[in-house]
Amino acid sequence: MIAFATLLERLLFTQGRNDKIRLLRQYFETQPDPDRGLALAAIAGELHFATAKAGLIRDLANSRTDPALFALSYDFVGDLAETVALIWPDSQTNAPPPTLPEVVEALNLTPKPRLPDLVAGWLDATDASTRLALLKLITGGLRVGATGRLARIALAEFSQGRAAPDDIEEVWHSLAPPYLPLFAWLEGRAEKPDPATAPVFRPPMLAHPLEPEDIANLTPTLLRAEWKWDGIRVQLVSTPGGRRLYSRGAEDISAAFPELLEAVDFEAVLDGELLVIRDGTVAPFSDLQQRLNRKTVGPKLMAEHPVAIRLYDILFDGTEDLRPLPFDSRRARLEDWFARTSPARMDLSALIPFATIEDLAEIRAGAREAAIEGLMLKDATSPYLPGRPKGKWWKWKRAPLTLDAVLLYAQRGHGKRSGSYSDYTFGLWKGEELVPVGKAYFGFTDAELTWLDRWIRNHTTARFGPVREVEKSLVLEVAFDGAQRSTRHKSGVALRFPRISRLRTDKPAAEADRLETLEKLIPG
Amino acid sequence: MTAPHPDTWLTPMPAGLYCAPGDFFIDPLRPVPRAIITHAHSDHARPGHEAVLASPATLALMRARLGEGAGRTQQPLAWGERLTINDVTIFLQPAGHVLGSAQIAIEYRGSRAVISGDYKRQPDVTCDPFTPIPCDVFVTEATFALPVFRHPPAQGEIAKLLASVKLFPERTHVIGCYSLGKTQRLIALLRQAGWDEPIYMHGALAPMCEIYEAHGIPLGELRPATVAAKKDLVGRIVLAPPSAIADRWARRLAEPVVCMASGWMRVRQRAKQGGVELPLVISDHADWHELNRTIDEVGAPEVWVTHGSEEALIHEIAKRGIKGRPLRLIGYGEEDGS
Repeated sequence: MIAFATLLERLLFTQGRNDKIRLLRQYFETQPDPDRGLALAAIAGELHFATAKAGLIRDLANSRTDPALFALSYDFVGDLAETVALIWPDSQTNAPPPTLPEVVEALNLTPKPRLPDLVAGWLDATDASTRLALLKLITGGLRVGATGRLARIALAEFSQGRAAPDDIEEVWHSLAPPYLPLFAWLEGRAEKPDPATAPVFRPPMLAHPLEPEDIANLTPTLLRAEWKWDGIRVQLVSTPGGRRLYSRGAEDISAAFPELLEAVDFEAVLDGELLVIRDGTVAPFSDLQQRLNRKTVGPKLMAEHPVAIRLYDILFDGTEDLRPLPFDSRRARLEDWFARTSPARMDLSALIPFATIEDLAEIRAGAREAAIEGLMLKDATSPYLPGRPKGKWWKWKRAPLTLDAVLLYAQRGHGKRSGSYSDYTFGLWKGEELVPVGKAYFGFTDAELTWLDRWIRNHTTARFGPVREVEKSLVLEVAFDGAQRSTRHKSGVALRFPRISRLRTDKPAAEADRLETLEKLIPG
Repeated sequence: MTAPHPDTWLTPMPAGLYCAPGDFFIDPLRPVPRAIITHAHSDHARPGHEAVLASPATLALMRARLGEGAGRTQQPLAWGERLTINDVTIFLQPAGHVLGSAQIAIEYRGSRAVISGDYKRQPDVTCDPFTPIPCDVFVTEATFALPVFRHPPAQGEIAKLLASVKLFPERTHVIGCYSLGKTQRLIALLRQAGWDEPIYMHGALAPMCEIYEAHGIPLGELRPATVAAKKDLVGRIVLAPPSAIADRWARRLAEPVVCMASGWMRVRQRAKQGGVELPLVISDHADWHELNRTIDEVGAPEVWVTHGSEEALIHEIAKRGIKGRPLRLIGYGEEDGS
């Protein structure tokens, strides 16, 4: 457990991606099975404990510490596990710290009522750093700036050329912690594990943002255009071994969308956009949001937020791998497959006809529908390549909308921003009054954050727990991708993807935008 | 006749804490006719006062930092020496924060208030140790007044630093530390730990070091980092103000390991935020246990809290029957990096 805690601490403080990969590789090289496989699972987010949850940790902390002091500490530290690790009383015990396999086994096997004592015993036997590793393991989400993908790149390096990251990616979902066959393969002690018919995730092909200088190099005749929908990119996999719905990041999100998987009566691997669609109209992203990050879903939610997949691409038709084919051929196969299969809860992403790049620019500028983010441009001749190959696919987002709003409240951020006031609520004028229209917590530079943080501390007019109300005098230019009606906000409007694009210290608050200006941007 | 409660003669004003019968301010935030200064950090010792009273070392530091702005007239007061202004008697005792840092005891008609300024209880060879003074009202800071803040022994943090220097001999360790107090304490701790190599410094840190040496605190061989060649700094320890460590200034260094010495480093995400690779939990302020222990030692039934996490501290002492009062003085805690 100490080696794992040290790894996490070093990963957190290491800036460079390559340095992180080196740390992971070194860990895999020096730690035994099954420790290293369990650490790998933890970093990749594949360890789940049915009974040990964040609530358990909160209860434990409350039983050992003053709840009011705990709340104030949590507000400052901004992270539950770290707060508990730091606030936990240093006790005098001679018990040795537990090992990682011991911890994982005990968390899997211990009945829920006995967990608090077990975890408390571990916390008593460890220092703050190991306590934090333990608690992060229980709550999930290590947040050390290392992902499953990064770990698989480190594994590829660890294999000394036996496997590329994408080779590992393709067998990954057929394996389970502690990944003994995987390490055996990577160390040359065994053959590559055969995913056989397991419904594994295939690394998706991703797009680059289209930069102005790219436009001159585009050849319109070799380009295909589609709408870029504002949903989430998904991969639907159906094989004799099972059916899965994966997010772009290889996360298995099947449980949240049972109706999609139940409707599957074919074998294929499909790439598309997950959307809420009502009567043929794509609903705004906020509707889809209601369905995300759920472990289960009720019939009411399914009925009110009906989901569908708008198909972009076909990777496998049955067992036939179509990825080496050029886009046009895959598209023909997709249309043919769609006509043949008529799958429920799916439709095809339309190809947009155009002749010149100027046409496209006009189409992009004219797209006002809330659920359209812009255009996707794809090279007609390119095979389906994993990762983000250069010069094959582009996303050409609609220019963002902007408003000049007034800063109303600020709150300390969480995670790495926990020391600064980095969550900003801003408002627009409605008559003589400023009404809040949204919150933004990114878009600014580090220097701007420092400036804002200081400004807020010096212009606080009231404090409500972690929130500070400030003098209504600072104008922020807020960029956003769209606006829609909302009953959740007092202003009746919700912004999509708001971020701080500029500090308008030159502009007096009285000249900030009015709510009516924003209302005009709402479609329909 | 009962002694008047200190809240009748010691008042928080926008300019700072004001003693009406003595007609002076403590650590005023704007220029005033008469100021008593706890210590020379820029958020407490501001320029432009008419008459300034402080410990001799604090006055020396203020003159070096503020020049003419250090006060038109300056009056030193030795530890424990009593001075009466109108009906008010004052004396100073060390606060253990930085060189010259003082607690100010004020007595008026039988009651006594002590303003501690910033203080710590950990040992520090670069300044006189905190001396508890029994009082009716104790005015405390609360920079680290949350139970998550427990400063480990500084020697352990220095050992961590020296282990890293050994592990990465091809790199330069650059430590962000404030020019007054933290810098000299770090140097002294390194010397105690047996680091006899020259220590390299950003130009901004040198003047304060000279004053420490003049006050009899030996710091060993110090060299300017600014003129040294990159290769000469390999394997060395370099001290620089926090603003310089992540800046262009640090590019002169060989693959710098960015370290930061501060009590805030206890919270990982805080450390992470500043791009720190090696956090060192070394603070010039009292941690949670030290604050509580100090309040118990001075035995004051009432504690006023100047700046920091006053809510938590007031909550905690209330459980022991001590009355807490937040002063909400805005403007402290800006300079010293804690």
